[in-house]
Amino acid sequence: MTDQMKNIGLFVLVGLLIVATGFLQSWNSALLIMNMGLISAIMALGVNLQWGFAGLFNVGIMGFAALGGLATVLVAMPPVSEAWTAGGPRLLLSLGLGIGTLIAATWGYRTLPKGRLRTFGLIGFLLVGFFLFRRVFDPSVLLVEAINPAGTGYLGGLGLPVLLAWPMGGVLAAGAAWIIGKTALGLRSDYLAIATLGIAEIIVAVLKNEDWLARGVKNVTGIPRPVPYEVLLQKDAGFISTAQTLGLDPVVASSLYVKLSYSVLFTVVLLILLWFAQSALKSPWGRMMRAIRDNEVAAEAMGKDVTARHLQVFILGSAICGIAGAMMTTLDGQLTPGGYQPLRYTFLIWVMVIVGGSGNNFGAILGGFVMWFFWVQVEPIGQLLMAVLTSGLADSSALKIHLLDSVAHMRLFTMGLILLFVLRFSPRGLIPEK
Amino acid sequence: MDFLNALVALCNYVLVPSIAYGSQLALGALGVTLIYGILRFSNFAHGDTMAFGATVTILFTWLLQSFGISFGPLPTALLALPFGILGCIALVLTTDRLVYRFYRQQKAKPVILVIVSMGVMFIMNGLVRFILGPANRKFTDGERFIISAREFKAMTGLREGLAFKTTQGITVITAVVVVIALFWFLNRTRTGKSMRAYSDNEDLALLSGINPERVVMVTWLIVASLATIAGVLYGLDKSFKPFTYMLLLLPIFASAIVGGLGNPFGAIAGGFLIAFSEVTITYAWKKVLVYALPEQWEPTGLVQLLSTDYKYAVSFSLLIIVLLFRPTGLFKGKSV
Repeated sequence: MTDQMKNIGLFVLVGLLIVATGFLQSWNSALLIMNMGLISAIMALGVNLQWGFAGLFNVGIMGFAALGGLATVLVAMPPVSEAWTAGGPRLLLSLGLGIGTLIAATWGYRTLPKGRLRTFGLIGFLLVGFFLFRRVFDPSVLLVEAINPAGTGYLGGLGLPVLLAWPMGGVLAAGAAWIIGKTALGLRSDYLAIATLGIAEIIVAVLKNEDWLARGVKNVTGIPRPVPYEVLLQKDAGFISTAQTLGLDPVVASSLYVKLSYSVLFTVVLLILLWFAQSALKSPWGRMMRAIRDNEVAAEAMGKDVTARHLQVFILGSAICGIAGAMMTTLDGQLTPGGYQPLRYTFLIWVMVIVGGSGNNFGAILGGFVMWFFWVQVEPIGQLLMAVLTSGLADSSALKIHLLDSVAHMRLFTMGLILLFVLRFSPRGLIPEK
Repeated sequence: MDFLNALVALCNYVLVPSIAYGSQLALGALGVTLIYGILRFSNFAHGDTMAFGATVTILFTWLLQSFGISFGPLPTALLALPFGILGCIALVLTTDRLVYRFYRQQKAKPVILVIVSMGVMFIMNGLVRFILGPANRKFTDGERFIISAREFKAMTGLREGLAFKTTQGITVITAVVVVIALFWFLNRTRTGKSMRAYSDNEDLALLSGINPERVVMVTWLIVASLATIAGVLYGLDKSFKPFTYMLLLLPIFASAIVGGLGNPFGAIAGGFLIAFSEVTITYAWKKVLVYALPEQWEPTGLVQLLSTDYKYAVSFSLLIIVLLFRPTGLFKGKSV
């Protein structure tokens, strides 16, 4: 009972911190923290599934989140019909050709008898396939990118409601996770970490460079929203009168209303996923996962297929990260591939899970909120601290200027310190696993 | 068709740069592989250890330059290198004492150590940014070229020039010297042998009276030296930017794993393999092919297999291929 009280107390405390931000700074920034906190909590839930349930170390979370972001563009943006007529079919053909080559090569590898003939035959086949692919692919990319490069220059999406993009992001991320898992699971635990790091870098590189797909570093802006636009609300007579009865300025009220609607949507997703994760944890499947985590050899001796279970949980966790990524892009309203920095933000999510309590879903969620709050607030706090510390120095002193400038780089440093301290002195986190 | 010009262009754009890059990767991968062999985890902080060593070296380079000391035609940074190594050793030993030793005594799972090393990575990265800031810094001085393209053209009368930068020469020579010294140490000295014994079989090594803490300390000393040398050479050859060093982690890991984690010889081979594939696959071959092929076969496009932005994709794909077909790496490292 006391444990439960403590846990509820912790959540209340975080809630109070956010409310305090509302009173001290502004409700806008409080809601921003809240929304990103919700997304972080969902990502932390996914990572907790992998790490807390199964002991898998995934460093590619941002890669999966970027795939989720790509899904929003592919689902929600209107299709660019000129680009489609110019090079669409040819582009799809080339992609089909590329994938077909890979599938045929895999099939050949499995069926042909082992030997030098197979090795060289397949290498030759892959090379021919690659050049053929480039032959068809390159000109069609040029055609697509030539169509109004300043405004579109890409194929666009399907023009479907943006909410559909969230599950779609999960599906894309799950696909990528399947490929990595097939390769790296079953080998040493470190290999999975390195493989996920690599795939995340590649996903981000593809997003940055393949302009036909999602405009690359030119960014896709104006992604449709699942909630109303502020400008429209400000023109709506009903909304204005409601705002006035609440004693709010319509402009402020509209922006709060939009953010609150996002919060509600995100909370619904978080609750659904939490319910799934909790039932999974309590089910025989969850018990089996923990048994595997605690002693792989024993679980294998009991007839459990460790690698297959790992693959399963890895895909599920990555799919959740993909969903969260799609939600993040929806919240931003734009896809900015340059903003995804695989290692840094992945690390932040990891700190969330470990601080919150790995193996406990509520812990992961709490960690998501707490760490996001500190991530946002560390910089002003650090600036204040540094200003106090250096107040003895003259304003023109080079040291003072250097110190004040370097505060901006201290965020990740602080996160690193927090991680090391928690791992050393309280490895079970704020809300430990039962 | 002009065979000599094709050869020179090939050397200038592919061979020389990839040999220099390969040496840098090999030195980095040696550090990763040694840590893996002795301490049994993949050290994510290695890229930032390199950056820290380079940072200290840069600070001492500036100090020496302010005294008016220079190294003639060679970069002053080489004079500052010993100080950089000392600084890096101090940092690494402190980290081991404060962070890693605890988990070693707990016999924690390797994956915990990997997570911890990620924490260390961000702390070191923060330190480097705190000291030097995130900007790009050049600290090369002295003679720029051993042979510049123009001199080469004048010498040989060919249309293509072959430039050989001083930093490239230094990189290759230093790498050779360091690798020879390292192998001599590992194979001939008592401490080196005890390190290899510890790496092969920890329990047996302990039974035969090898002091594990001493082995670990010596390993960190070597790793810090290797990391600093690799970091400084990379910085001299290209430029110093904290973020690039963080990204170097991927090709370095790829080199170590492709060669076989825990196997020093494999790390070197892996480094060169990764460097050559990165450069050859992202190089636009048109120039070489124009010289090498008869006129009617001349290529129209750039003949670039992948754009240079996919550099990391190349090393990663190699890594995946090796993991799929030979999980222990090309030169039999440890897989489990």
